[in-house]
Amino acid sequence: MTHQYPALTTEQKKELQEIAERITAPGKGILAADESTGSMGKRLNPIGVENTEENRRRYRQLLFTADQRIDSCIGGVIFFHETLYQNTDDGTNFSQLIKDRGIVVGIKVDKGVVPLAGTDGETTTQGLDGLSERCAQYKKDGADFAKWRSVLKISENTPSELAIMENANVLARYASICQQNGIVPIVEPEILPDGEHDLKRCQYVSEKVLAAVYKALSDHHVYLEGTLLKPNMVTPGHSCPTKVSHEEIAMATVTALRRTVPPAVTGVTFLSGGQSEEDASINLNAINNCPLAKPWALTFSYGRALQASALNAWRGELSNEKAATEEFIKRAEANSKAALGKYQSSGSGTAAGKSLYVENHAY
Amino acid sequence: MTHQFPSLSPEQKKELSDIAQRIIAPGKGILAADESTGTMGKRLEKIKVENSEENRRYFRDLLFSTDPSISNCVGGIIFFHETLYQKSDSGKLFPQVIKDKGIVVGIKVDKGTAGLNGTDGETTTQGLDGLSERCAQYKKDGCDFAKWRCVLKISDSCPTSVAIAENANVLARYASICQQNGLVPIVEPEILPDGTHDLLRCQYVTEKVLAAVYKALSDHHVYLEGTLLKPNMVTAGQSCAKKFTPQEVAMATVTALRRTVPASVPGICFLSGGQSEEEASLNLNAINQVPLNRPWKLSFSYGRALQASALAAWQGKTANKAAAQEAFCSRAKINGLASKGEYKASGSADQASMQSLFSASYIY
Repeated sequence: MTHQYPALTTEQKKELQEIAERITAPGKGILAADESTGSMGKRLNPIGVENTEENRRRYRQLLFTADQRIDSCIGGVIFFHETLYQNTDDGTNFSQLIKDRGIVVGIKVDKGVVPLAGTDGETTTQGLDGLSERCAQYKKDGADFAKWRSVLKISENTPSELAIMENANVLARYASICQQNGIVPIVEPEILPDGEHDLKRCQYVSEKVLAAVYKALSDHHVYLEGTLLKPNMVTPGHSCPTKVSHEEIAMATVTALRRTVPPAVTGVTFLSGGQSEEDASINLNAINNCPLAKPWALTFSYGRALQASALNAWRGELSNEKAATEEFIKRAEANSKAALGKYQSSGSGTAAGKSLYVENHAY
Repeated sequence: MTHQFPSLSPEQKKELSDIAQRIIAPGKGILAADESTGTMGKRLEKIKVENSEENRRYFRDLLFSTDPSISNCVGGIIFFHETLYQKSDSGKLFPQVIKDKGIVVGIKVDKGTAGLNGTDGETTTQGLDGLSERCAQYKKDGCDFAKWRCVLKISDSCPTSVAIAENANVLARYASICQQNGLVPIVEPEILPDGTHDLLRCQYVTEKVLAAVYKALSDHHVYLEGTLLKPNMVTAGQSCAKKFTPQEVAMATVTALRRTVPASVPGICFLSGGQSEEEASLNLNAINQVPLNRPWKLSFSYGRALQASALAAWQGKTANKAAAQEAFCSRAKINGLASKGEYKASGSADQASMQSLFSASYIY
């Protein structure tokens, strides 16, 4: 605990920090297009599209070929392995296409969750085997950042100390390996929104989980300036009877982050979880307008919240492609504004209005 | 790890947060006047003054009854137990003298270091026994914050994991108990400057120690917005052959803090360690000019670095009282400016040119 052994050179640190800063430049966020084959099935099924490799390619193509309007909104795109090696209709590799637009290419590297025996259905995430070699190859193939998702849940007895500690540790190992290969690790400790718990409970659990994550990152000598965090926002559980305002979500979220995420972390890119497209934008906007000092970029790393309307508009039809792309661009622009705290929603989200915000409530 | 059990009510949290904000209001820092009897002896011996209770009272009175404008740069004063119950020449109890000036009263509550068996001379700090009752009494007697000092050292084999874990834990217990009694805990994990290690080594160790401290505070459910941190600056060891500039010290210090101290901590008040008065001011000033986002206040909690000149001017003679107070006021004002990055040492360049001394692209 007393001597430092070289983990990264000055040049390596500089490269990692610059990549992280490019991804989360003001007004920019991440398109999470890394749905696994199985998850893509869940997206394509509801719109009556067959889950074939070609359909997955056509769908990602309509996102990646959106016009220059997304260049100021999207700082990075997370790919699934298969997609990294697919091409556009005219033979351009997707990864090259994205890079040439000045958008950073990322890659999902975990291999899904596995159960923790002896727990109440809790999991850890696998994918560490041969990770260093895989990262080196991905770097050659154009990727500059990676994503790894760990999952925790809130219930009467969870998350347990074991689940918190194990997931924090595996995230730190992943992060350490990525950085050795010039890849910025996005650290994602998702606490699922399922459950009847209220906002305070989610905030409490988020604080404990994030404290453990950052202690593990410190123990594993991870260079924080060259990382990004992808957390859940702090919200009540899906089945919680009490509704809260966007401002309450924002306050609880920013408070939890201020208590746990060191200022050295370059950016926080929220996952959208089960939120609707509009709620995800309104909440991100409220977060950026929260009147507390926020020393990191606060932006988005959205999957469904950027793609739901696009998928619906597409429905697999060639003739709908332009309309679908347009829906995606609309959400990208909305979230870009939200990341700057400048989003004006036309309708209102499903959450209750401003008046529920309790000004002096101590979080 | 899943359910929250009440530790502080919203009113208790607000009170703690307000106290912390008052102590580190812009331009203000802390006078650490909490030297134990033994330590006071070391200070007085240097100026050949007898270490009597009256002499200790007289010197603290000299500091506390300085011009009221001192409250523009001093937000809080840390007392030693004995001093809390002594009176000024005017017959007023010291806490009242201080409070009348709008300065917050603090109290040292630890009971010194104790050896950790099986280590290479490492220590933990004692004082937890009956701490809750003592805090309740101190609160009644006018205190609103407390201080507890843990000590770590850098050597070939130190600090060890057990020293780091044990000191972090004891600091968290102390902090938790203080908050229950309405006292803002100043958390002090001092890493001694003794040794031949360089700046990078001190930064590395400081980052590991602070990460452990904040994990312990989280585990013990401490309300961070109602605490203050009193760390060492990141400096090379005192016997290190290489010398570093205030800008290098500042950059290494702020980098270490940014990697470990959550933004919800309202203020960081550095200890001065073995630094001279001027060094401590120049370093604090440079820290407040570092071109990195610093979400906490960065101020001072100085003992020697505020009192050395005053002691030297006093020499134990009443005739020197005014001169001694002048010396103290002068250092207090300078450190007040340094806490805003506005201190211009005579013969030094202005803020703009100071900025250029920061190697903006140097990666720590």
